[in-house]
Amino acid sequence: MVKISLAAAAVLLALGFPLLFSGPFPLHVAIVTLIFAGLGVAWNIMGGYAGMFSFGTAAFFGIGAYTSTWLSTAHGVNPWLGLLAGGAASALVAAAIGWPCSNLRGHYFAIASIAFAEIVRTHFNNWKLVGAAEGLMIPIRDGGLRVFQFNQSKAPYYFIALAFLALALLACRAISRSRMGYYFRAIKESHELAMVLGISFVRYRLAAIMIAAFIAAACGTLYAQYVLYIDPESVLILSVSVQVVLVTMLGGAGSLFGPVIGAAVLVPLSEITRAQLGARGTGVDMILYGALITLISVYQPKGIWGFFAGGLPRRKRPAPQPRLEPSSPGVA
Amino acid sequence: MSTPLLEVKGVTKRFAGLTANDSVSFSVNEGEIVSIIGPNGAGKSTLFGCITGFHRPDAGEVIWAGRDITGFKADRVCRLGIARTFQIVQVIADMTVLENVMTGAFLRHPRRRDAQRRGLEVLESTGLAGRRDQQGSALTIADKKRLEVAMALATGPRLLMLDESMAGLTPVELQEIIALLRAVRKTGLTLVIVEHVMEAVMQLSDRVVVLTSGRKILEGTPAEVVSNPAVIQAYLGERYRA
Amino acid sequence: MLQQLANGVLIGCVYSLIAIGLTLIWGVMNIVNFAHGEFLMLGMFVAFWGYALWGIDPLWSIPASAALLFLLGLAIYRFAVSKVMKGPMLAQLVVTFGISIFLANLAVLLWTPDFRLIDKPLLAGTWNLGPLQISVPKAVASAGSVLVSGALLLFLQRTRTGKAILAVEMNRDSALLVGIDTERVNALSFGIGAALVGIAGGFLAMYYYIYPQVGGLFGTLSFCIVALGGFGSIGGAFAAGLLVGIVQTLAGYFFDPAYKYAVVFLLYLLVVWFRPQGLRGW
Repeated sequence: MVKISLAAAAVLLALGFPLLFSGPFPLHVAIVTLIFAGLGVAWNIMGGYAGMFSFGTAAFFGIGAYTSTWLSTAHGVNPWLGLLAGGAASALVAAAIGWPCSNLRGHYFAIASIAFAEIVRTHFNNWKLVGAAEGLMIPIRDGGLRVFQFNQSKAPYYFIALAFLALALLACRAISRSRMGYYFRAIKESHELAMVLGISFVRYRLAAIMIAAFIAAACGTLYAQYVLYIDPESVLILSVSVQVVLVTMLGGAGSLFGPVIGAAVLVPLSEITRAQLGARGTGVDMILYGALITLISVYQPKGIWGFFAGGLPRRKRPAPQPRLEPSSPGVA
Repeated sequence: MSTPLLEVKGVTKRFAGLTANDSVSFSVNEGEIVSIIGPNGAGKSTLFGCITGFHRPDAGEVIWAGRDITGFKADRVCRLGIARTFQIVQVIADMTVLENVMTGAFLRHPRRRDAQRRGLEVLESTGLAGRRDQQGSALTIADKKRLEVAMALATGPRLLMLDESMAGLTPVELQEIIALLRAVRKTGLTLVIVEHVMEAVMQLSDRVVVLTSGRKILEGTPAEVVSNPAVIQAYLGERYRA
Repeated sequence: MLQQLANGVLIGCVYSLIAIGLTLIWGVMNIVNFAHGEFLMLGMFVAFWGYALWGIDPLWSIPASAALLFLLGLAIYRFAVSKVMKGPMLAQLVVTFGISIFLANLAVLLWTPDFRLIDKPLLAGTWNLGPLQISVPKAVASAGSVLVSGALLLFLQRTRTGKAILAVEMNRDSALLVGIDTERVNALSFGIGAALVGIAGGFLAMYYYIYPQVGGLFGTLSFCIVALGGFGSIGGAFAAGLLVGIVQTLAGYFFDPAYKYAVVFLLYLLVVWFRPQGLRGW
């Protein structure tokens, strides 16, 4: 009963937020929070559930943003279609890079994701077609929902972002309750165990990466249509990827609402610090992020959700079993 | 007599100069319990790996239900009906016992409700039903081993291969697992087990295969094998006199 | 072309030193130190402030870089890394990442993001070696890096502590069995790894731009180098450092300077896809 009323309260708050806080700044913070929450859900599917810890989410975020933006500015394609195209493009790229990386584990995968994202960023930074370092600007148009642009107020963006997040969460929940979700978690636990349960390691890892890429790309399009300007320095940089990881880990990787909780804490923190401290404040929010995530990894790796689910971590001795930690990049 | 369910023919596996399996051959008939014994380093686990798809044999064949599965990857071998457990027990720590078993059950029951039903059945038959909501990480080793067997069973195999599942169990736990395996065989499963615990080997096996230094040196009933001088020598050394 | 090769080798020597520090930590503890680039940055800043505040040439402040980074490495191991060793993989990955973000942005706050340069180093100018033009600071940095790498190798092979470290790197459980204090070895290795890259920073500061974000680039490069050389292999890291230095310079020269690092990252991907053990055993 408590759960249901909490949930109802949360839903009401979410829906009524723009009425309570109608100024541009709170709405902006809320929208960015929702976008990062969405990105966090994407990462969570890949990392929290399936154990592939990527520090390259920005690449898919960027591919989504750039695809829809370029299609709409250069070819007049409707941004909603562009969103689908961006998602598809992102998923394809994810498959292409994910397949050879499907045997990589832990640190190797993480570094590969960084390498990949950096290659993407360098490429976009030099690609004349999409504006290279200058990026792309979306011209102001009237038309509201039809053209995915709202010029009178931020509130519609808020609701769309909320809808995106809700869809992402629903998808995540459906996955976690289905065979795919169970298989993801088996893969995360152990390669050998997954094989022995008949799970096609490669196929499910690919699925996880592609789903994550699609969702991240959708967030990219949303971001682009909101900010109306994208360039490599804003969507393809490592710090975006890292923030996505932080957000999910703080909230609780592997739990459904982890990314939402984490985003709800970190994004306002970051935006407010930046607003209060002005130009000198650049980097202070990141100092806090860095310290916070170091503390969390040491003291509560399960994140905030871990406090609800398991209580405070106690120092208990792990069962005396050697871990089958591979000392080479992968391959059983 | 129909063809054997599993035929291992001349399987050889080398690792950088060490011949772990040297032309090992034996076969297993449906419904049998066959034990593979031998001193440490005899190549038992490697043989397991060759049969279940974790290693690709350098020579020889593995024939499963009349089909050549040599070199098939492990997940495919599982889908074809061979399940196995590991020497170092592996379960999914962050899931409950029921969820663990369901993960295995999903192989033949893609829908969640069916997988849950099948999972509960398997938990009943392995005596773990009472622990269904416990976290995998919170189980004792004996229970983890039982869960591992349950997960393997949930994948609906025709052959179950156990890798030293009895190690480290108390006498009571040992008898429980032996009873469990006997019950499992009654349901029509075939078992191949690698074991050091002689008591289990004697009580369970229809036939025993003995490996030493990568080679099969003997095959026979438990009684035959245990009194064979060559086997005694392999375990206890040249100087031992019975 | 020869000039490019020479330049590649020169920067490669410094890369090697950086990579050796990282591979040492990896080999002993199975942890990738994502803050490695920031350690380099700190080493560079130690050299810079020594120069800017007290006129000390980077060459002389290198011991200070080494000592400070060694202590920092020990502290970070003791208070953060050691605690996640038994934890989930995500925590292990993220803890050094968090430290890297913390250090880089702290540096921005304390020292501003400005680019700085040591403009009047003790050793300046260019040598003309036949058809080649070798910049003196670069040559000194490279030679120094090679010397330090050699010293490390001697330390590992000849001293008792060094051998203990090698033992843990080869087989942790066996090392435990013969009574080696693996915790102490871990801490030492982390400290030494940090010191090595701090020294590299001191060398690099002799001619490279010094700024808080410099760690990001070199850090990512060093992961690629270590992978190429084979995680845990010191000889491999050395060879790979040279190789990457050459590849990067040639790529920049023949292909496109903007892509020179991207080429290295691509190399990493190709290596882990097709030859995960890297150059080891070649």
